[in-house]
Amino acid sequence: MNNKEQKLVAALKDGSVIDHIPTDKLFTIAALLELEKCNEPVLIGNNLESQIMGKKGIIKISGKFFTEAEISKLAVICPNIRLTTIRNYEVMEKREIALPETLTDIVRCPNPVCITNNEPMKTVFYVDRHNYIHQMFPYDHAIGEDDNTKMKCRYCGKEVQIKDIKLK
Amino acid sequence: MENRSIVSIADYSKEQIQTLLSMAAEFEKHPNRQLLKGKVVATLFFEPSTRTRLSFETAANRLGARVIGFTDPKVTSSSKGETLKDTIKMVSNYADVIVMRHKLEGAAQYASEVTDVPIINAGDGSNLHPSQTMLDLYSIYKTQGTLDNLNIYMVGDLKYGRTVHSLLMSMRKYNPTFHFIAPKELEMPEEYKFYCKHNGVKYIEQTDFTDSTIADADILYMTRVQRERFSDLMEYERVKDAYILRADMLTKCRDNMKILHPLPRVNEIQYDVDDSKHAYYFEQAHNGLYAREALICQTLGITLDDIINDKTII
Repeated sequence: MNNKEQKLVAALKDGSVIDHIPTDKLFTIAALLELEKCNEPVLIGNNLESQIMGKKGIIKISGKFFTEAEISKLAVICPNIRLTTIRNYEVMEKREIALPETLTDIVRCPNPVCITNNEPMKTVFYVDRHNYIHQMFPYDHAIGEDDNTKMKCRYCGKEVQIKDIKLK
Repeated sequence: MENRSIVSIADYSKEQIQTLLSMAAEFEKHPNRQLLKGKVVATLFFEPSTRTRLSFETAANRLGARVIGFTDPKVTSSSKGETLKDTIKMVSNYADVIVMRHKLEGAAQYASEVTDVPIINAGDGSNLHPSQTMLDLYSIYKTQGTLDNLNIYMVGDLKYGRTVHSLLMSMRKYNPTFHFIAPKELEMPEEYKFYCKHNGVKYIEQTDFTDSTIADADILYMTRVQRERFSDLMEYERVKDAYILRADMLTKCRDNMKILHPLPRVNEIQYDVDDSKHAYYFEQAHNGLYAREALICQTLGITLDDIINDKTII
């Protein structure tokens, strides 16, 4: 992070930073994280300059550490965002989050006659790696656009494009 | 314990398919046995399907098993709001194998995950119906002597026809050439054409259904064009008679050609075809008995060797 950016978004003592958010996804992410219910300091920045992406969004949340399930949800909304975990002003972990091969109970099946929509049970989706462009060429094209990543329901076998996905 | 459920056979290897075909052939030689004496087969039909149920129950009975189950979910607790999981758990206490039919897609897969008792999928909505696929494969194998390098013509409703989709996927390892003959509104869905391309399966699409266009067929797989599938009823009226097979269309066809149909038929195969040597749909349904005997045994861990050396033949 350069000095200019540091001025824009203050440093965190403990918490998480979600960086490299596509600008059009920033408020979707904010809604997903239910930041309006958060009592800790939250900083949201958008249309910030990015060498890799052109423009980007960033969210800093004090006192928040993400679970793997939450990270999977973030990955479904926008693959390849960067998650930094900070404790006592030190960066503990910095990772590019990516879609896992299997999403358990994250996504809702779009097929109304799928058993998962009619039985109290977990959904399971398999990510189709062949169409997963981001995995191999993370910043080759504008993130979030023309994303052909598909997922397949373990139960009914229906495929769904990532952009049409509804979270559970 | 290894779960021996049969939810789908689309990913079975050629060896696995061949084993099931050989088992079915043994059962055709000697259908009546006591191989499953002392076993209980449950047939849970959450959705009615008389034909499939009778075939499975006959298969179980002819192998000496006892059969429990229901034919109508209205009489079960699922009508009181019981979950599928609870019903399966309950029946698992009684049965050695559960044959189930359900209107929801993926129901059999889910059932197989909540119990150690093997599940046989007897149809889950418009998703899968492996015993139908198995009897189709057995019928093709029996009439052609092989599954390899065949010209398979699929006619009628290729959009919603679950049986043609399953057959297509199961045949992919046998170098078939498919011909898809269907009205525009009911043509083979893109995902299955993509599947063919992805797996190097040859296919040709056509809309004409005449004696000439089916002359090279080894297998003519007919399906019903259903009125309720059409959004445009004018279109239905236009095409409804275009995909009807008549006896006079069989003059140019190959000697070995056989006509298959998952049944029930309405008018898509005229009754004058029934007397033709090419008509095979009733025998096809009969083959379902042997295919299902093989599937039930497979789930119970009974091998081809056990069946060949079986001393319980009646």
